[in-house]
Amino acid sequence: MKAVRSMVLVSSDPKSLERGAQQVFQRLQEEIKAFGLENEVSLSMVGDVGRHDAVPMVIVYPEAVIYGPVKPEDVHFLVEEHLYKGRVAAPLQASVRELSGKIAWLQARKGTLPAEQRIVLERAGVIDPTSIEDYIVHDGYAALGKALTEMTPQQVIEALSKAGLRGRGGAGFPTGTKWGFVAKTPGKVKYVVCNADESEPGTFKDRLILEGDPFSIIEAMTLAGYAVGASVGYIYVRGEYGLAQERLHNAIAQAEEMGFLGKNLFGTDFSFEIHVHGGAGAYICGEETALIESIEGKRGEPRSRPPYPTTHGLWGKPTLVNNVETLANVAPIIRNGAEWFRGFGTPSSPGTKVYTILGNTNVTGLIEVPMGVTLREVLAIYGKGMKNGANFKLAQTGGSSGSVIPASLQDTPMDFDAFNRAGVALGSGALLICDEETCVVDLARVLLKFFEVESCGKCTPCRVGNERAYQILTNIAEGVGTLQDLDDLLMLSDNLYQLSNCGLGQTAGTPIRDVLTYFRAEVEAHIRLKVCPAGVCSMSGHKVYQIN
Amino acid sequence: MTVETKASPGVLETVKAVVERHGAVKEELIPILNEVNRLLGYLPAEALDEISNLLHVPKSQLFSVATFYSMLTTKPRGRHVVQFCESAPCHVAGGRKVWVTLMDALGIKPGETSADGKWSLVTTSCLGVCGVGPVMLIDDDIYGNVESDQIADILAKYE
Repeated sequence: MKAVRSMVLVSSDPKSLERGAQQVFQRLQEEIKAFGLENEVSLSMVGDVGRHDAVPMVIVYPEAVIYGPVKPEDVHFLVEEHLYKGRVAAPLQASVRELSGKIAWLQARKGTLPAEQRIVLERAGVIDPTSIEDYIVHDGYAALGKALTEMTPQQVIEALSKAGLRGRGGAGFPTGTKWGFVAKTPGKVKYVVCNADESEPGTFKDRLILEGDPFSIIEAMTLAGYAVGASVGYIYVRGEYGLAQERLHNAIAQAEEMGFLGKNLFGTDFSFEIHVHGGAGAYICGEETALIESIEGKRGEPRSRPPYPTTHGLWGKPTLVNNVETLANVAPIIRNGAEWFRGFGTPSSPGTKVYTILGNTNVTGLIEVPMGVTLREVLAIYGKGMKNGANFKLAQTGGSSGSVIPASLQDTPMDFDAFNRAGVALGSGALLICDEETCVVDLARVLLKFFEVESCGKCTPCRVGNERAYQILTNIAEGVGTLQDLDDLLMLSDNLYQLSNCGLGQTAGTPIRDVLTYFRAEVEAHIRLKVCPAGVCSMSGHKVYQIN
Repeated sequence: MTVETKASPGVLETVKAVVERHGAVKEELIPILNEVNRLLGYLPAEALDEISNLLHVPKSQLFSVATFYSMLTTKPRGRHVVQFCESAPCHVAGGRKVWVTLMDALGIKPGETSADGKWSLVTTSCLGVCGVGPVMLIDDDIYGNVESDQIADILAKYE
């Protein structure tokens, strides 16, 4: 790797590109050349840097100064001041909110990066995701080397258990325990599967990890293979994630070339290979048994459980299935130890969580914060408040199978257990923030429409229940609902939960239940008064007769 | 995106080349279908027959797989496929209005293809670019932060 004095990164998420990131990049190339700095400064476009309030952004390391929004005509000044003269080009710096009070313990470098604790995304947006050299320079493969040369498989699993890592796909199952199940199951052939079929509406954390730091997943899967005794891994990437697939293929090829994948890794008798398997568009394939069916070339219909994949998975063999974000935590834990990991988050849910903030906030995008941060903090600090000064009405977590969280719960710490106790779910990490112009009936209708479309149709409660619930909600939105409908909705929600075969059906009724628990008056207004308080629903079926 | 007719000689060659590249094994079935679908615009019956022969998978199973996944289609589509995200984040960000405008501009409903064979309109679940909703996808081009008054300009870019 060439040694450079400064590293310049340009954000190139869709929003940045729309606002001229490409032109900024070109001007940077020209100006760096004009100042004769091309051998001292590296320049790259890095995709999404997780912050969208001041794009396109230019980040200069090692000082970690963020500039934005940068226009092509600003580039000359930026290069002259920062790269040539070596001082911060203050007028172009992106604004940073200073921290105070309760959350001040979050580590933040004043005036630089936003206050986040990055474990999973520590390299995303910092390294060149297409270069294994860059990954290695940033502690890459230190964990695998340590595990293969100093630790037994059992010790690797114990480290995860001690760290208290829990699955980040939504259910929060202890990762160490799961690895232990697969390790204990006898069998010569076992598989490690990375679930990258990220399809929960509003969730794109896994995409950014795969696009920004693909090697971390390759390394973690190899570690998993060593720990559970598997020699083949599959990454199931949803079909729509073209760039992620490309980066993974490239990462695997480079890892093979460098001897980090293949036979006898680090001179041991452990061998591991990884295949990328693209999906073809089906939400249900995020369910682990449906995903396994899909790899086997079948319809993605979930299997009946038990037996669980840990004993009967891919091709009937013991299989470890982990979410991308879960795997991204593995190498840092092995490298830094369980105690270090427990220093973040809450005692029952250590570590960090990646959230996507969406909807009616001033800033939307991706953040990684310690477990246990509250919704209020996320809204105020990272969302920078509600758009147009509106009032916060509700947040919908975890994509469509998450909960509808009313403003009254915004001080509940966001971790698995505190949310469980409050009767809501953390889900996969999407936070769809809604103001008072959002109608709960309309929202529930859109969520149920999603399940109606994405239900695989294998079991009746889900296939019929979601369609029926959608029809009823549509009636209410059109002003022809009855009070009996509300009882029917609750019954459907209950049936879905108790009778469905897999997690999709079981959680599909959650939005209905939450909406009727926290916003029943608003729903009843649609029925009793034939009025949509938020002014969203058409109420088109309700005829108003006028007397002349 | 071109649409081959059933009699087209290109279909068999395309299928053979794709199967050869992936290997005639069952675990490659979905990647194979995906690529054939992308190259031909859809999965003609002839292509499914050939894949069935090469992979030794019953036609019934092949058809059941081909009709399960949203990125696969067994019916020909228009020259350009417009996919509009109908999931909650885009909906909340103003997708509803844009959707109505889009349907009006194209003159077709979801699942339909225009009479001149230029446009097909489909709704899609989340595309994972929710930070810039409402989102729509025309062929392989993603458009984010779409507003109603931009629809005409965007559609005009396509021949």
